[in-house]
Amino acid sequence: MEIYVTSVPVDDQQMALEFYTNVLGFEKKTDDPVGGARWLTVVGPKSLDGVELLLEPTGNQAISEELEAYRDALVTNGIPWTSFACEGVEAEYERLSEQGVEFTQKPMTAGGVTMAVFNDTCGNLIQIIQQ
Amino acid sequence: MSSNDDVFRALADDTRRLILEELTDNEQTLFELCARLTMEHDVDMSRQGVSKHLDVLEEAGLITSTRRGRTKVLEFAGTDHLKAAAAWMDRLTENDTDTESERS
Repeated sequence: MEIYVTSVPVDDQQMALEFYTNVLGFEKKTDDPVGGARWLTVVGPKSLDGVELLLEPTGNQAISEELEAYRDALVTNGIPWTSFACEGVEAEYERLSEQGVEFTQKPMTAGGVTMAVFNDTCGNLIQIIQQ
Repeated sequence: MSSNDDVFRALADDTRRLILEELTDNEQTLFELCARLTMEHDVDMSRQGVSKHLDVLEEAGLITSTRRGRTKVLEFAGTDHLKAAAAWMDRLTENDTDTESERS
């Protein structure tokens, strides 16, 4: 098996698309209507045929309360929803901070790995890591 | 108010002592603390396990957690409690020295 898509829950798909493309620099890959929402995915600019990130709406009434409680617990404790690789965490920290992105974890090196965590403005914390 | 019992109980575990050392250096979120314990100190423990240790430390008044925006930050807060515990230990060792000097 291969991973073809992974997801991040977002409160507002359009705002999320703007943040993930305009600010973070991902590219939109698929945008299909599904019921009242969209099957909306983005990919890394250097891996257009790679794993897609699904910007999944949180509006599903059946699970929204539990999902919100879970996401709150993660944010409260500074735990990222998911993690993206980048070439330089320091450089990304500078670039994103200039665009107003709020970091909950400034670049930190531990065990030879540098990482940082920021708020994706869609309800999640996201880690970036340089290996 | 925590007692010396709580303080010594909290200190009677090497992971909790390590966590205290980590938090005296700088305040951290649970995520950052777990990352450091795993990557710098080879502590193989789940976040739930670390959380349980944090509860013991907080109960003993050695750390506090403060909300900053939506995030909770863990800080060292044990100066007074540790000084009290150290003062008790100092008294013991001082008495011991006195006894020895009396003997000689």
